[in-house]
Amino acid sequence: MASSSIPAGGHSDPTRRDFLMVATGALAGVGAAATAWPFINNLNPAADTLALSTIEVNVTPIQVGQAVTVKWRGKPVFIRHRTADEIKEAEAVPLSALPDPQTDNSRVTDTAKKVRPEWLIMIGVCTHLGCVPLGNKPGDPKGEFGGWFCPCHGSSYDTSGRIRKGPAPKNLVVPEYLFTTDSLVRIG
Amino acid sequence: MASSHGTPPVFNNKVIAWIDHRLPIFSYIEKEYHTFPTPRNFNYFWNFGAIATVMLVLMIATGVVLATNYTPHVLMAFDSVERIDRDVPQGWLIRDLHMNGASFFFIAVYVHIFRGMYYGSYKAPRELLWILGVVIFLLMMATAFMGYVLPWGQMSFWGATVITNLFSAIPVVGESIVTWLWGGFAVDNPTLNRFFALHYLLPFVIVAVVALHVVALHVHGSNNPTGIDPKGPQDTVPFHPYYTMKDGFGVVVFLIVYAGFVFFAPDYMGHPDNYIPANPLVTPAHIVPEWYFLPFYAILRAIPDKLGGVLAMFGAIAVLFILPWLDTSRVRSATFRPIYKWFMMVLVVDVVVLGFCGANPPEGFWVPLSQLATLYYFFHFLILLPILGKIERPLPLPPSIADSVLKKKAV
Ligand code: HEM
Ligand code: FES
Repeated sequence: MASSSIPAGGHSDPTRRDFLMVATGALAGVGAAATAWPFINNLNPAADTLALSTIEVNVTPIQVGQAVTVKWRGKPVFIRHRTADEIKEAEAVPLSALPDPQTDNSRVTDTAKKVRPEWLIMIGVCTHLGCVPLGNKPGDPKGEFGGWFCPCHGSSYDTSGRIRKGPAPKNLVVPEYLFTTDSLVRIG
Repeated sequence: MASSHGTPPVFNNKVIAWIDHRLPIFSYIEKEYHTFPTPRNFNYFWNFGAIATVMLVLMIATGVVLATNYTPHVLMAFDSVERIDRDVPQGWLIRDLHMNGASFFFIAVYVHIFRGMYYGSYKAPRELLWILGVVIFLLMMATAFMGYVLPWGQMSFWGATVITNLFSAIPVVGESIVTWLWGGFAVDNPTLNRFFALHYLLPFVIVAVVALHVVALHVHGSNNPTGIDPKGPQDTVPFHPYYTMKDGFGVVVFLIVYAGFVFFAPDYMGHPDNYIPANPLVTPAHIVPEWYFLPFYAILRAIPDKLGGVLAMFGAIAVLFILPWLDTSRVRSATFRPIYKWFMMVLVVDVVVLGFCGANPPEGFWVPLSQLATLYYFFHFLILLPILGKIERPLPLPPSIADSVLKKKAV
């Protein structure tokens, strides 16, 4: 476009004017991007939303074989007190059988690196498109692998919350959590 | 009247003449909606553009009135919609007009799109006109999706969750995009707030794109059932009064059917679960979107892979953008394409089958059926159309629009 300022028949070496055009244009581009950023960033989570990020749960009332659902950051969190059979079943699965390979142990370790196989704590959100899988309540279908079953598009999770069948690509997510005492767990 | 086109109009009213000299809106209306030469052979499929325009205006009018009583907050949204239904004078009517209006808007636009495909209206020189139409369709889908979230029932919440989660399938940046859409860690109050803001905004963006759509239309004029261009005044009639009347008639018939639903079956096309307030801890046993999204939802679920399903669903709309170049036939109207004509009907059946697949749980024979129907959908656009245009032998075209009409009359 700057070449239009060069008289017809003139040579097309870059001139001082071309340089100024490009430099001005580039600066305007940077300015536009810098101005757009607050508008885009404005849609990210606000400080008060981020602040709602930990909860404490007393796990003593949860009997072996039971599971509860608590709400954390607007999402359900599953806390399952697993039976010895469920733990054995989860540990026996070879990693090669898993679409998203993770050992059972790595999914029951808190942030202090303490392993508690009896407590499985996960975000109860299907990694496919975000439905809440069934399996926490006594009468719920638990799917083919005895863990959870997502009714939306048919994903099945095992007793470690790992994806075994269906469209979900990942295991149910284990949030950061810490047992501050044997009966009190802090999530987040 | 027909002869007046081409010469600038003279206004007898002094005020109109004064304004028109400074801002030629009256000349514009005269030229584009009065004397505008229009093919004389339109059938009733040509009514649906006008019908869709009426629905758009109706959606904006009812929407603005609803917004005066609606509260975009997770604790109050559901109750504020119930209040509109029960306590606000005539609130039930405005809401039912808006709720069913969305469905009828989609009915009109689907017929309008079918018309374009059957009569080859997307072919040169109307490619951009067609592409603007697909843009309108996408904007409508975004608008209707966000509107459906506003009453904050169970389907609102879980529909929003599933659809926003589609973006998490995008590698690397997907999760950040989803958090950014939500304004938090789940569909929650910030999500409802921004969806309301956008639901208010997008219809006006649609109005702007519709304006461009009409400008593009008036450059080369409308296509017609024969698909051949008008060759002179004997092939056209002035838009007013011929098509203002015909469109007016079609609009009234359409509105009668629409009013039937509004007054006698306002919830027929809705889902009862949306009268249960949203609960983020419990997913309904069977999530379905509104009927007008079902074919695309079926395509999403047909592919047993998250990213693949999302790509196929968006791809199903993306192929429409390149349709003008996928169809290699030089004949526009299916009337003169003996093979394409049937495949076009098969495509319609295919889309209806996809709709039923989307409405049913992804179990049993619905799974292979939706996969087959998805395959056929893409086969039609990506393989059949390019090849068919080359091998099909079209029927002889009539010499002119006038000829085709007058011959038919004589028979
Ligand atoms: C392209 C045009 C539009 C479409 C397709 C559309 C679609 C929808 C849909 C499907 C709903 C859900 C209805 C229900 O199930 O209750 C809705 C709700 C709503 N819309 Fe729109 N809408 C449009 C324009 C507008 C405009 C311009 C406004 C103005 C602010 C508006 C305001 C509202 C409000 C306040 C609600 C919530 C009340 C309710 O749910 O009935 N809409 N819209
Ligand atoms: S959301 Fe769970 S399978 Fe799709």
